[in-house]
Amino acid sequence: MTAQDYWALSPVIAMAALALVLLSADALLAERMFGGKRYGSKRALSWIAVIGLAVPAFLALNLWFEWFGESTSEAVVYGTFTADRFALFFQFLIIGATGVVILASVPYLQQFRDSLGEFFTLLLTAAAGMMLLVGASELITIYVALETTALPAVALAALRRDGFSIEAGAKFLILSALSTALLLFGLVFLYGYTGATRIDEIVARMGALPFESGVPFGSLAVMLSVLLIVAGFGFKMAIAPWHMWVPDVYQGSPTPVAAFLSVASKASAFAVLMRLLYSFAGFDPVAQDWQILFALIATASMTVGNLMALSQTNVKRLLAYSTIAQAGYIMVGFAAVSVASSSDSASAGPQSIMYYLAGYAFTNLAVFLAFAAIVHRTGNDTIAGLSGLLKRSPVLAILMVIGLLSLLGMPPTVGFMAKAVIFSTAVDQGLIWLAVVAVVNTVVAAYYYLRVVGVIMFGESDDADPIKPGAGELAAVSIGVAGALVFGIVPWFILELVDKSLTIV
Amino acid sequence: MTLEIVLVVAGALFSIGLFGVLARRNIIAVIMSLELMFNGVLVAAIGFSRFTVPAALVGASGDITESAVRASLTGHAFAVFVISIAAAETALALALVFAFYRAKQSVEITDASEMKN
Repeated sequence: MTAQDYWALSPVIAMAALALVLLSADALLAERMFGGKRYGSKRALSWIAVIGLAVPAFLALNLWFEWFGESTSEAVVYGTFTADRFALFFQFLIIGATGVVILASVPYLQQFRDSLGEFFTLLLTAAAGMMLLVGASELITIYVALETTALPAVALAALRRDGFSIEAGAKFLILSALSTALLLFGLVFLYGYTGATRIDEIVARMGALPFESGVPFGSLAVMLSVLLIVAGFGFKMAIAPWHMWVPDVYQGSPTPVAAFLSVASKASAFAVLMRLLYSFAGFDPVAQDWQILFALIATASMTVGNLMALSQTNVKRLLAYSTIAQAGYIMVGFAAVSVASSSDSASAGPQSIMYYLAGYAFTNLAVFLAFAAIVHRTGNDTIAGLSGLLKRSPVLAILMVIGLLSLLGMPPTVGFMAKAVIFSTAVDQGLIWLAVVAVVNTVVAAYYYLRVVGVIMFGESDDADPIKPGAGELAAVSIGVAGALVFGIVPWFILELVDKSLTIV
Repeated sequence: MTLEIVLVVAGALFSIGLFGVLARRNIIAVIMSLELMFNGVLVAAIGFSRFTVPAALVGASGDITESAVRASLTGHAFAVFVISIAAAETALALALVFAFYRAKQSVEITDASEMKN
């Protein structure tokens, strides 16, 4: 490995090192500095984690601005990893989401009792895996990074060790392993067909191999591997018809963990799928096949997510179905870009996906973490449990309502702008029917989002005790809401950033 | 022996495993079925690396080029990574089965149905 390899990997290495630092700090701090009082160290550990995140963030900024070290936009480590701006954009998102989740989970940590260090270590290891995943440009690396993400996430889901949590962990593990097996079979076929595992080599070989015109994707082998790979990533991205695990896992796992999964895990899977898709975008004959595949998935995901959410009474399950529907909206962008890439308006499609993902990350973190702060104090995770929230905690109530309205797509939040951008790219690409389906789905979604908003604002509650969120929780939720509002009101700020990050097209 | 036979075996292993994951109720049996699926992947990876030196790689004279050898060894590297990560996955899975048994006095997947709406 050369020095350049280390520079390109430095944010990932720093993240993994931070995970180890916290594991050691947990062992050292717990007994000595706090006189044997184990829980005393929880604040210290959270601070080490949050401040420590500045190191990978700084190293990622260094790569972005090329302050020192060599330019690293090309593939390094024998072509397996690319620290281009596309990867860095998602790395910033992942580091930010991790920091916000840690800030918000400080009061929650009592529930983890003797596995405090493990919580941070697993969270940061998963984050390191995701940061590797968004830059992976080779099949084996993608697989290893994906598993580095999935295994700690499973342990995190089961960390509370009560019936619900264990159940969530067991379901998550089995379905995650199943999806990995499907993905692997697809990757192996891709390797067998082309004899290469580096994405750029695969693309080059594909061009040289025979192309059958009647068969989707040009050959049955490629079709099989594309379907298996999309199915494998479908599980990770939580899109229908591979969404069965989502409600159970979100309901059973600790709420901050659910927030982390719904944002960082999803964004990194979308990032790697985008990278794969754009590498193959040169093949105009198969663009139509990609478009049909993604349009069908988008329709299924939006419709299933929204219809199932209508009848939920548990807020965490409702939010889980809401994230499935949100993933469907993002897939609309995928359906639109697969054709766009061959024309002049190429940049509109991927831009809209990245803009949507950034906005969704802030909004969803705000809603999940606000709800985590509430449910931690009331212990009631049904919709009825939110009634009278406006009187009990005006600040949290208003922040959560803004987040929900942004998920729904109400101006002037980012939800509205992002939906407008992504649906208009679909129309540009002639997918008018898909845009219509998406808009109808948004209207359906209004019913259940507004039902929750109504309960928060106008519900009557017997219990009038005020809910006082901690400073960390309030800061985390405020960051999310601020992002949702700022990106919605001044979208060009983030759109410009996204423009600079489009190094894969 | 031909590539077809190897792929049939790989596909059969994979499908038997998939059936087991979907049909078995005992979580340990489900984990064993998952292992079977991974083994199907392994057989396919090794089979590809043994038999396919893709047409695009072999020189016109039929000589096997250096990059073709590299490409065929990649399958072995693939297999090694799959084996090691599948082992880690199984370790985590068995730990979860222990915790599951402690929580519910059972290892049946049908007992994982506390969460219903």
